[in-house]
This record gives sequence, structure tokens and C-alpha cells, in this order.
Amino acid sequence: MCLAVPARIVEKEGDRAVADAMGNRWNIRITLTPEIEVGDVVLVHAGYAIAKVDEEEARRTWELFEEIAQFEEKRIAAEQADKEE
Amino acid sequence: MLERVEQAKQTIQQACTRMDRPIQIMEVCGTHTVAIFRHGIRSLLPPQIKLLSGPGCPVCVTDQGYIDIVLELAGRDDVILATYGDMMRVPGRAGTLERLHKPEIKVVLSTDDALALAQKHPDKTVVFAAVGFETTTPASAVAVADAASSNLHNFCILSGHKLVVPAMQALLGAKNDKIDAFMCPGHVSVILGSDAYKPVAERFHKPCVVAGFEAVQIMEGIAAICKQMAEGRGEVESVYGAAVTPQGNRTAQAIIDNMFEPYDGPWRGLGFIPGGSLRLRPRYQRFDALHRFGISEIPAEELGGCQCGRVLCGLIDPPQCPLFARKCTPDSPIGPCMVSTEGACSAWYKYGKH
Repeated sequence: MCLAVPARIVEKEGDRAVADAMGNRWNIRITLTPEIEVGDVVLVHAGYAIAKVDEEEARRTWELFEEIAQFEEKRIAAEQADKEE
Repeated sequence: MLERVEQAKQTIQQACTRMDRPIQIMEVCGTHTVAIFRHGIRSLLPPQIKLLSGPGCPVCVTDQGYIDIVLELAGRDDVILATYGDMMRVPGRAGTLERLHKPEIKVVLSTDDALALAQKHPDKTVVFAAVGFETTTPASAVAVADAASSNLHNFCILSGHKLVVPAMQALLGAKNDKIDAFMCPGHVSVILGSDAYKPVAERFHKPCVVAGFEAVQIMEGIAAICKQMAEGRGEVESVYGAAVTPQGNRTAQAIIDNMFEPYDGPWRGLGFIPGGSLRLRPRYQRFDALHRFGISEIPAEELGGCQCGRVLCGLIDPPQCPLFARKCTPDSPIGPCMVSTEGACSAWYKYGKH
């Protein structure tokens, strides 16, 4: 339940912002991190930014997600190929 | 990355040669429990190190009495029940939210979604099932503050929010000699700050190490714990990096403190923990579902036969429960530790040998 994903702030107005993680964008609140600026990378949990994070740490997580996504794609393709046979 | 895992592994092995007995490390966070299985961490550890799953899955520690109140409110015609998805399949006496098949039961991804429901349906009362630890509590607090400032009268929360540190203290205070050290939850600690564990480390002289959720971070967390144990230290340490500071997120802490007060509430398996639960302060009582629907308190109840309570205290491993993998499986779960994807039983079932 305490999952959080890193995302970059691409827009901000008041205590609302748009976050971007690997091209996926969604609306979040920055009520808990008022010091955040556009361009910062934050941890997002249940629609709220909870902390500013290190760029390098975030990149590592994004790369991991990318790897999992590619693995899943391959797995699904392999499953389909099996079915077709 | 692999180098760091290898280095942590060596630190653990070296420390183990200096310890005169096996040690048991409790991970307090359900997200850690799942990550430990998913990354195969146990296979990297020497046999002297045992990992225990603690009371860190919010759904799992939510008392049966709370679940029953949620189901009762969800059954009312004048209520829209908003909840995080985790709660949908948890069984109470009257079934589960999922099995009620009511369109007025809504899964939300954030408290903002719950507020939007209240705005859209002024003829109904939206009750938000507010469960979770310190990571999740600030969102509930902001939602109530928003409802108060925008005079949104048809919104309230049923607070099942809980505090991690009192639970850790209760576990050790109960003369539980199974726990030698804690791996502290990464994202709860983002809010709380690592200093929050000082009372635990100092009073009980047990290592409390904050770790992230990647394999390397978990291994480094275990390494830090082993090193402390080998050197006879019991201190607070963080290996999570920039997101966790000693003081935590002060803004979030202030928002929680403004809205909620601690009280002695019921936890599954642990009974009433002193100051372990949060309820809305009297000045926000009108947003408290208990107050609004005239419910006096959340009663403490247990499900018969289910050993979730003992699992949550680290007293038994899930396979030692007589229901595990026989009567209780992820497809037809009996206890919440099997329902929740972050529950210890679910993780053992999915990834473990049984």
C-alpha cells in the first residue's frame, strides 16, 4: 500500500501539478511538498508528492520499470506464439 | 548494481561469523515483504538470518470490527463508499465489499477522487475508508481540510489510520523475544523521518534501519543491521538515500497533527495499542463517519481459526497456520494477510514453497 513512484513535475499551479513518469502524465497534489518547482523529481504516493528525490535514484527506478515492461511484452508475445502453435 | 549486492552479501557473511547466535529481522512494511520475495532475497542470506513479516500491511492490521462497519455503511442507500482497492476483498461478517456488487462502492486512487464524488453526488454522503500508515494519512488529512474549507458537507472519513512506531514498541514491549532488529518502512519514513525510530532503538537497544524497496537497498539494509548486531550496537540508520531525512516531511507531519489525534485503537492480532491509532480531532468531528452515523466506537473482533494475528507479530510463519494453502488461499481467502497482495500469507503462497 505504501508504493510510491518517482515522477518529474512538468506543470504547477497552486498546490496542484502535473507529474510525468516515462511519458505517462497525471494530475497530482503538491500540498505536502510546497517547495517543489517545475523540473524537480518527486516521489508520488496516492496522488500526492511526498518528497523531492535524487535524479539518479529516480532514473534507476524508471530503467527498472522499462526493463519489466519489456520483459512483460516478450512474455505476452511468447504466450501468444504458444497459443497460435 | 550487482557489485553493491555482492558487497552487501559479504558484509552480511562477515558479520554472521562474529555473531554467536542466529538473528531474526522483522520487516515492518508490507511493501518490503513482497519485494523480499519478488527479488529472492532469502536465497542470498546465510541460514543464521531469518526474516519475519511484521504488522506493516494496513489492510492486514485493520481490525475485523472496522471492516464490519465499512460493510454496514456501504450497505446504506444514502452512502457512497469510497475506498482504496486493497479493501475490496477483505471479508467481514457480512461478506466483502466486492460481493455486495453495489455501484455506490467506488475504488479511488486518491482522496481527491473521493472528494470529487461528493461534489458530483450532493444527495449522498461519501464515506472514505481511510486506512493506512503515515504515508497515506496526510492525503486523508488534506481531504478533510479541503472539505472543511469548501463547505462540502456530504463528505466524511472512517479513520482506520495507524502509527508505525507505537506498533513496534508494542511488539517489543510484549516480551516478544523473536525480534532482534527492525527493517523500517521506506515511505513511512519519508514522512516520519528516521529520528522517529530513536525511542525504539534506544529503549530496546535494537537496530532500526530504514531501507528502500529495490533488491540492492534491501540487501544493504540487512547488511547494516548485521553489522550493528555484530558490533553490539542498536541504533537508527538509513540506507534509503535522499528521500529519507532525519526529520522527515515536516509539512505532512503538521497537516496530520492538525487534523488527527492518537488514541488507543484496536489492531488485528495486537489488541489495543496505546496511542497506535488516529482519529479526527473534536473540531473536525463532523467529518468523522463514526460521529455522523452515531456509531460509538470500533469494536475489537477476531475471525475464528484465523492465525493472521500471530503471523503479524512474527510468532509464526504463514505455513504454520492450519488454514494456510488448505482452507485459505488467494482465491478464497479467510484472513486479511491472504487477501492483501502485500499480506505475508499471500506473499508466502505466491512465492514460497508450500
